[in-house]
Amino acid sequence: MFTSVDDVSARLAETGYLASPAVATTVFLADRLGKPLLVEGPAGVGKTELAKAVAEIAGADLIRLQCYEGVDESRALYEWNHAKQLLRISAGRDETWDAARTDIFSEEFLLPRPLLTAIRGDNPKVLLIDETDKADVEVEGLLLEVLSDFQVTVPELGTITATRRPFVVLTSNASRELSEALRRRCLFLHIGFPDAELERRIVRLKVPELDTALAESVVRVVGALRAMDLRKVPSVSETIDWARTLLALGADTLDETVVRDSLGVLLKHQDDVLKASAKLDLDAL
Amino acid sequence: MNARSAEAGSGADVAERLTGLVQALRSHGVRIGTGETVDAARALALLGFTDRELLREGLAATLLHGTDQRPVFDPVFELYFPRGVGAPGTGPAKRDELRDRLAAALAANDRALLARLAAEAVDGFGGYGSSPGSDGWSSYQTLDRLRPQTLLARVRDSLREGGGETGFADRLLDDEIRGRIEEFRRLVGAEARRRVAERRGRDEIARRAVAPTADRVDFLLAGRTQLAELRRAVQPLARKLATRLAARRRKAARGSIDLRRTVRASLSTGGVPMRPVLRRRRPARPELVLLCDVSGSVAGFSDFTMLLVQALHDQFSKVRVFAFVNRVDEVTGLLVHGAADADGLSARIRAEATLTGWHGSSDYGVALGEFTQRYGDAVGPRTTVFVLGDARTNMSDPNLPAVRQLAERARRVHWLNPEARSQWGTGDSAAPEYAELVEMRECRNALQLGALISRLLPV
Repeated sequence: MFTSVDDVSARLAETGYLASPAVATTVFLADRLGKPLLVEGPAGVGKTELAKAVAEIAGADLIRLQCYEGVDESRALYEWNHAKQLLRISAGRDETWDAARTDIFSEEFLLPRPLLTAIRGDNPKVLLIDETDKADVEVEGLLLEVLSDFQVTVPELGTITATRRPFVVLTSNASRELSEALRRRCLFLHIGFPDAELERRIVRLKVPELDTALAESVVRVVGALRAMDLRKVPSVSETIDWARTLLALGADTLDETVVRDSLGVLLKHQDDVLKASAKLDLDAL
Repeated sequence: MNARSAEAGSGADVAERLTGLVQALRSHGVRIGTGETVDAARALALLGFTDRELLREGLAATLLHGTDQRPVFDPVFELYFPRGVGAPGTGPAKRDELRDRLAAALAANDRALLARLAAEAVDGFGGYGSSPGSDGWSSYQTLDRLRPQTLLARVRDSLREGGGETGFADRLLDDEIRGRIEEFRRLVGAEARRRVAERRGRDEIARRAVAPTADRVDFLLAGRTQLAELRRAVQPLARKLATRLAARRRKAARGSIDLRRTVRASLSTGGVPMRPVLRRRRPARPELVLLCDVSGSVAGFSDFTMLLVQALHDQFSKVRVFAFVNRVDEVTGLLVHGAADADGLSARIRAEATLTGWHGSSDYGVALGEFTQRYGDAVGPRTTVFVLGDARTNMSDPNLPAVRQLAERARRVHWLNPEARSQWGTGDSAAPEYAELVEMRECRNALQLGALISRLLPV
């Protein structure tokens, strides 16, 4: 898919995703080595966006499996369409049991779910397994087969093997430790907060109307907040939100009042707001 | 590409370097299989040696499995895939001239330039000794001669002149420059370590000079920055734990058949049990009582205990927390839901609870006795008690009957001891005596704690 790491960066940038060297390198390797990519990092740094951007570049279908507590085989892999099967049985009353049996467990009555969809068919696909850490341990076991061999076994139909491997991205916020076996099958990428230079470029790209000097200040204040010991430090998505807020407020420079009034966009806990206000001297007017 | 990396690019040497790197990482507890090593080699082949940072990221992606392994990986990588030796083309620089260039680099925040200057600085000012065997490279000496911290005012002035910005963000400038200087100091440290490694054999340095990951740091030995890392390691732990418990409870609620109600339900179908009725289980709410030693001798541990206590308090509804030194007092009321502030908490506890009598050292006997007397009703047949402390009684009576009484009343009592098992029973430690009455477990770092807690907690 890609010719070099620089190629990855350039083409991701075309879709509006500015990647750090670490991200670009790992995406390049995942493509070349044909391994799934496990992306961890704080919320709002662009883990899901990365999968979308890769799908856009490759002109691939994005297939998304959103994990949650209680997601199971029938939600992740495939299901039989029971209603349709019943209808079929009651429609053909005169046939033998064997004929009915082979018929109702055929392709027509299969409802493919994301994992099965991702390994069938010949067009390029990006499989996004979002918030893998939210799923139960059993689902991880299921993923192991799919991710190492790119095959799925349906007892009635046999084993279905991918003719064209999808590009797989798993994301995790590390709320539960993923199993060693799953980690072993993946390339590991941690997306942290971008450095100031990259974040400036991201803000400029996402909020182009914002004045350059103001964008610079925005990034610096966010950087200072991240260095504080807060319960939830602002992420890139909050930086962008804040930039948009400032634009909407018509602020052309940062001062105490503007920052104090809009701090809620960046910080999500009251004690964080208090702590940050004290550190930034917002009350010393 | 400089000479060294060109040389490093040749066949067998690369394989040797890579396996050396893998060995070193393994010796630090990073589990790497052969499959990953092969992937790493393929990554090496794909990425080439032209860009060292790409190489670093590529190897990290193939070899590592988690974020917390990165602080181990980076220094080890520096040792096995070093930047070129010395700076190309320049002799030992003059001190003032180097400071000038450093100030400019700090003002421009040019990472690559800072790294080159760090190499140059160690080259010029870090060497000591002249006879082979007693010579070496010192980051301390380099930084002492260069004094990068004194450049703060100068860099600030030059930035103010250049940018002319006087807005709100300007007040952040000092902190930002301090951060850059700190980064430079770190680079100098890494460079000096690398040079020493060249000399002494990098395998040995890689084994000894790299700090362990946060979850393996001994509670009792943790320094300030490590405590901050520990805090980050503990906070998700309680949440993880709570979701796991919820899942276990859910699973336990399904499964066994309630025969009486199944038969009763079958009456409507003429005695044919069409629909089995599953036993409904009343969810047993975990009741936790935590007894924490907060004396000075276990300071590192008790800071950490406070983090854990706060985390458990947020996740479980029935938690009562008692702190003791030689008197015991309930501190549950001092915990605020959602406030993850361990420093504030231990300060509040010390200020507001009565924990010491007429002396300040811990006395398990008196404290445990007082607990069973005053708060005995906090412990019942559904309670799990955690005692957190090193069981060092300062030579006073360990008061075993109190512990026996506690063990009889509670559902389970677990004692988590931050000392190594080999230390138990030495000096004034009453650990073996206590261990005969209640289960005592070694709990020296976050890794052990995580494993323990998830196994021990009631469902």
